[in-house]
Amino acid sequence: MAKTPIAFTHNGDERAVFVDDGQNLLDMLRRTAGDLTPKYGCGQGTCGACTVLVDGAPQLACITLAETVDGRRIDTVAGLAAGQGGGRLSPLQKAFMDNFAAQCGYCTDGMLMSATALLARNPRPSRDEVVEAISGNLCRCTGYEAIINAVLQAASGGGSAQAGRR
Amino acid sequence: MPIEFRKEYFADERDDNLNEIGKPTQRQDMLGHVTGRSPFYDDHLFDGLCHIRCVRSPHHHARVRRIDVSEAERVPGVRRVILARDVPHNLNTLLSLMDFGLDDEPMLTPEGAEVRYRGEPVAAIVADTERIAREAVAKVRVDYEVLPHVLDVEEAVKPGAVAVNPAYPANKFVYHGKYDHQKLRYGDVEAGFRQADRVIEGRYQMSPIEQAPIETCGAIAAPETNDRYVCYTSTQALFFSLGTAAKLLDISSARLHLIGGTVGGGFGGKVDSIHEPLAILGTVLTGRPCKAMFDREEEMQVGAPRGAERWYITDGVMNDGTLVARKFVGYFDAGAYTRLSSYAIIKGVGHLPGPYTIPNVYADVYCVFTNRTPATAMRGFGVTGVDFAIESHMDVVADELGLDPIEMRIKNAYRDGDMKAHRRLAKNTALVECCQVAAEKAGWPLSAEARAASSLTGGGGARGEMPAFTALDEHGRVSGYESGSYAQGDRPRGEAAGSGAQGRSGSGTPSGQPSPRPRAEPPRAPQPTRVEPTRAEPARAEPQWSDPYAGRPSAPAGTAPASPRPERSPAPDAGPDGTAPRRGPRFASISGLRRR
Amino acid sequence: MPVAVSTFRTLSEAARAFESDRAARIYSGGTIVMRDVNEGDVSFNRLIRITDPAYRAVSVGSEIRLGGGVTMGEIAAHRDLAFLAPVARAVGGPQVRTVATVAGNLFAPRPYGEMAAALVALGAVAETAEGRRLPVEELVRGAPRALVAAVAFPRPSGDFRFAKVTRVRPKGAALMSIAALLPRGGSGETRIVFNGMGPHPVRAVAAERALAGRASDPSAIAAAARAAAEGLSPLDDALASAWYRREVAGVHLKRLLESR
Repeated sequence: MAKTPIAFTHNGDERAVFVDDGQNLLDMLRRTAGDLTPKYGCGQGTCGACTVLVDGAPQLACITLAETVDGRRIDTVAGLAAGQGGGRLSPLQKAFMDNFAAQCGYCTDGMLMSATALLARNPRPSRDEVVEAISGNLCRCTGYEAIINAVLQAASGGGSAQAGRR
Repeated sequence: MPIEFRKEYFADERDDNLNEIGKPTQRQDMLGHVTGRSPFYDDHLFDGLCHIRCVRSPHHHARVRRIDVSEAERVPGVRRVILARDVPHNLNTLLSLMDFGLDDEPMLTPEGAEVRYRGEPVAAIVADTERIAREAVAKVRVDYEVLPHVLDVEEAVKPGAVAVNPAYPANKFVYHGKYDHQKLRYGDVEAGFRQADRVIEGRYQMSPIEQAPIETCGAIAAPETNDRYVCYTSTQALFFSLGTAAKLLDISSARLHLIGGTVGGGFGGKVDSIHEPLAILGTVLTGRPCKAMFDREEEMQVGAPRGAERWYITDGVMNDGTLVARKFVGYFDAGAYTRLSSYAIIKGVGHLPGPYTIPNVYADVYCVFTNRTPATAMRGFGVTGVDFAIESHMDVVADELGLDPIEMRIKNAYRDGDMKAHRRLAKNTALVECCQVAAEKAGWPLSAEARAASSLTGGGGARGEMPAFTALDEHGRVSGYESGSYAQGDRPRGEAAGSGAQGRSGSGTPSGQPSPRPRAEPPRAPQPTRVEPTRAEPARAEPQWSDPYAGRPSAPAGTAPASPRPERSPAPDAGPDGTAPRRGPRFASISGLRRR
Repeated sequence: MPVAVSTFRTLSEAARAFESDRAARIYSGGTIVMRDVNEGDVSFNRLIRITDPAYRAVSVGSEIRLGGGVTMGEIAAHRDLAFLAPVARAVGGPQVRTVATVAGNLFAPRPYGEMAAALVALGAVAETAEGRRLPVEELVRGAPRALVAAVAFPRPSGDFRFAKVTRVRPKGAALMSIAALLPRGGSGETRIVFNGMGPHPVRAVAAERALAGRASDPSAIAAAARAAAEGLSPLDDALASAWYRREVAGVHLKRLLESR
């Protein structure tokens, strides 16, 4: 099986790996790069659990050919807290905790990355814009409301949203 | 939407000075979730991990004439092809771990035996990569003799229907060794119908529902020290998975180290313990770490859903909306194998007739085998389907009588102190208040009388009495089953003959084919003098007993037996793991299950 | 056998490689072909990638030219392509739009193909890497084995409208989608295209005839709605039955025509 060398920036760190023929980005990140935060949910680009940012734009790792990220920047949940220095949670992660926006936790990594992409380009989104931004991420536990509230709370500067803890 | 507490209700039944209850609290696993560090089973990495993919039947029902794996075995990177003969104890039913039901499902279908639903596995490939496993699966040649199939519950219980599952030749699960359905008898519904102003029937159907967790079901096994195997699993039922793996693989559970705990969405769909035995067997046979997991298509197509249900409800009702009799005939579609459907019905029948006080209740509920995907647990299974039927029917009846549907519910709702059809006194009831709040929220006008109603008043007294007379019958009685014969350990080990038996333990082991039982037929009895008011049943004998239990509990649906049952005769052989079979009253463990 | 990846710097090299290897498929955005890779589809064993900047180029003049590799996200964000943004935003979710391409959408199986339907309505022509030109309306019918380098269409002088009909919002697979090009001032061609009312995007010829030159006339709209499904052969699938699609096609067409 042919191995192709690629280099990319992974949550700010320079990485160089060999990718297999036909290997998808999800498999490369999890098995080769050891970043287990993107999850397998469907392998079909439907559920969004494998969402990562490629040069800041959300992409589905399971339907992205690994070698297409050569020379690009990959961001995942593994970098969210570290990005705040000293492992502090990002405001978005904090808001997810405050709003009970995760139950089983399996869709959470993908949700966080879709929301991260939204807030990076639109720091004050409307509720409809939040809904649109996470429309490619399925959640079977929460019914989405808690997640939408969390993203809105993070956008409003992390203050307690109306749906925060009572 | 914020939660609203209506603390004005039942204030004296509740302490508000508790430290935890009634107060928000953080999930213990939330930090792991938002940092991506919660360890799901697939997050355990192993060097040299092999992937297991199954060869699956494309037919609803077929005989497997021959499985040719020669081409698949030659694919580079294929470590092993697993067939039925590699499974030490290739027959199980999930609830055998609590002595409920006959072993009826093989892990892999052997040559000469039948596949009974589309997607049933006949072989499994262990390969170095998932891609290689998939390619090898495509190279397994299976010669099927396609057989007629049945996909409808009522078709399946007709005489002469295709026999789906040889453990239950009449396509009906056998309850308590006695009946081909679960019974509930409380009072006399026929008398109730005669007394009623109106008798109103309805038919309700619910389709299967896939739990669709975002994390698909799976397990990873690997060799561990001291001759043990570790298995990381998505299971919701760790001890089911442990016991099932130990039984199918004929290996002491002490040698299996199952690790679960973080489930990526389950909703009931991760109790069936399909992947753990397969992953461990792959590891046993190859010495390598092995992963068995559903892909999304398998999760949706092969993963066991909430089963379909069909309900016939007949209500006897007075013109003022008072329910005087309610009769159910229900058909649960178990699919090809029992899994948890038998238990769903026990639970469902215990729930009848819904949260209403009705003096005469009758239910016959069948757990039916069809050539559909086996059904299993999902969020309140056994109760949600019939609740849909009951509440739909309440609306229909109210509409027929020209009554307000919420007021009709309040009129019939359980009050504290009422006797329920499963012979327990109702307490802490609250349907009346729920209806009042729902009406208030919806801006739905209620009469002063309905607004003044309370769960605390109007119950008990005559409503708390057992019926003076309960009409019993023997219809659906089967023979050839013993109430004490459910556990595998009751059967001689070599009894299940058949192809592919090649157990490693040396003793005759089941081969993926349940041994046929005598065909279960209801005994023919003289036609009763009474005529059934509904069409739900084909002309079937319902002899009236001189009732020794009339007026007191008579081991009704879903409750522990009230009368002592005969001890079963001593088992002729040891259980699969060499332990002596347990003795004692049967089915008592089901109440343990209910506590979950 | 694993799937090999071949990357080409020019469209013509990619086209030659694709032409000479029947077991090759194009990796454009990857959203469809990678599913097949993941599922172990053995009908192909090579992916062809194109890094030619021309494949990603957009030019807007009296004619609009979109490279085959232009993504839905790029179209949705492009200042001069605002009329196409609703179509681009109807494709997939945000993550899919980051990578899904114009050329890929032309070959996307049902229920996908929103951009393909829009391009049929716009009278677009597909240009293959070898320089062949083929109306998109014909291309979607046969889905020939071709590397589509770009699509081109005249800047619409009339009114272009688009609607996607789904059960789940904001992101759900389409029961059908409708693209309409309505000439302003009575001159020019009226084009009504349905996706989901047949095996591929198709023009609703009877509705076009009813509307010709008078797309804002209520009686013409009513006639077009009545004729919407005429001559079309919708299929049954998990999203909707053929009967249902036939019943509602006119309703959705009417709403689209009446929308302002």
